[in-house]
This record gives sequence, C-alpha cells and structure tokens, in this order.
Amino acid sequence: MVEVGLTHFLVVSSFLFAFGLYAILTRKNAILVLMGIELLLNAANINFVAFSRYGNFGLNGQLMALFVIVLAAAEAAIALAIVLNIYKTFGHVNVDEIDNLKE
Amino acid sequence: MSIYDFIFYLFAAITVGSALLVVSSDNIVRSAFYLLATFFGVSGLYVLLGADFVAVTQIMVYIGGILILLLFGVMLTSNITNVEIKKGMKNLLPAIIGIGILLGAVISMMIDTRWKINVGEIPQTTSYEIGKLLITDYVLIFELLGILLLIALIGAASMARRERSK
Repeated sequence: MVEVGLTHFLVVSSFLFAFGLYAILTRKNAILVLMGIELLLNAANINFVAFSRYGNFGLNGQLMALFVIVLAAAEAAIALAIVLNIYKTFGHVNVDEIDNLKE
Repeated sequence: MSIYDFIFYLFAAITVGSALLVVSSDNIVRSAFYLLATFFGVSGLYVLLGADFVAVTQIMVYIGGILILLLFGVMLTSNITNVEIKKGMKNLLPAIIGIGILLGAVISMMIDTRWKINVGEIPQTTSYEIGKLLITDYVLIFELLGILLLIALIGAASMARRERSK
C-alpha cells in the first residue's frame, strides 16, 4: 500500500464534493440542500489545507480555510432565516414547490 | 503501514462513509447527526495535515454552531412524523449518472496529475503564526469578515423575527 500523500487527501475531498453535489441536486428539503452546501465547503477546505501542507505555502492555505469556515457560519445563519420565512409563508420547505416571491 | 497511514484511513473512512449516509438517509434528523461524524472526520484530517488551529475551529464552529443551527432548522420547519419529509428525492437517475461521471473525472485527474510536492517542515503549533498573519498580512480580510458577521447577525435576526403584516 502506498504511503499517504497529497493525492489521498484530494481523493477524500473529491468524494465529499460529489456527495454534497448529489444532496443539492436530488433533495427536496431545503435543510438537506444546506447540508450539501456544507459538504462542498468542507471539501474545498480540505483541498486548501492539503495544498498548504504539501506545497510549502506556509500558512496561507490554512488562513483561507479559516475564512471559509467564517463565511460558512454566516451563510448558515442567513439561509436558516430564509428557510424559516419560507416555512411561515408556504407551510413546507420543499424547494421544488416554491415558485413565487410574494405572499 | 505506519500509524499515520492507519489513522488517515480511519478518518477518511469515517468522513466518506458518514457523508454517504448524510445524503442517502431517509430521515432528516439522522442526516444531521451523520453530518456530525463527517465534520469530526474532516477535523481529524486537518490534524493529520498539521493544521491544529483549523481543526479546533472546525469543531467549535461547525459542530458547535452550524450543526446546532441546522438542527434548530429541522425542528422548526418539519413535522418529524410527516411522510412527505422522509422521501423527498427528485431527479435521482440523472443526478447519479452525472455525478458518477464527474467523480470519475475528478478522481482520475487528481491521481494522474503529477503534483509538484515540496513538503516544508511540519510546524509544531500554528496558532501563534496564524495570529501574527491575521493582524499583519490579512488584516483587511479579517476586519471585513468581522463586518460581514455583524451584518449577517443583524440580517438573520431581523429576517427570522419579522411578523406577517396581515
């Protein structure tokens, strides 16, 4: 078995990316779509940190990962507020049935 | 097989397996809890990559913040006994085919590319250096992120609390 290197981390992050995309494309529930987005962001973060470690870029990749985590927190808060409003208006959160912006 | 490799395969299996369960589980609450395992696995991978500060931040922000927020969202917006919520899938076949092709292409690209690997020394601890970088090179992004978080806080609170006018 080959020694664990950069490629192994990249393959793991590819799997996370594919699963996140799958959740976004197939799920009807808005909360599950949000979970898919979180998986995508985590996949990107693994790539940042892995290239930072194996490419000798110092800590710049890790800082980018930190910024992405902060943005993910803000995104989750805003998205949850929007989802709550959608639930108040429509009585469900199925993204394929929400088709108007006005009440 | 060294201990490093063993721990890597353990965390990789936890991450990928629980991510698969997140997207394939029928119950949305179960998905949320499998997501917990995924975030833990990713944080373990960060530790293996020598990023201790990012790993701890991942646990604190993702598991302590985002996952709790998602669980609140689940509890507030769905009736758990509702059948509609449990089986909510669309476009299954096209999505599986498309994502299979994408995954194969990306993974073969990742494996075939000859990355220019230049491993630096592994830092013992990163928080001191990260703190220094945050107030020197990255100070503008740091401040902008602070403003962004404040805007997100106010926006989310005002949006979620808005009463229906009629």
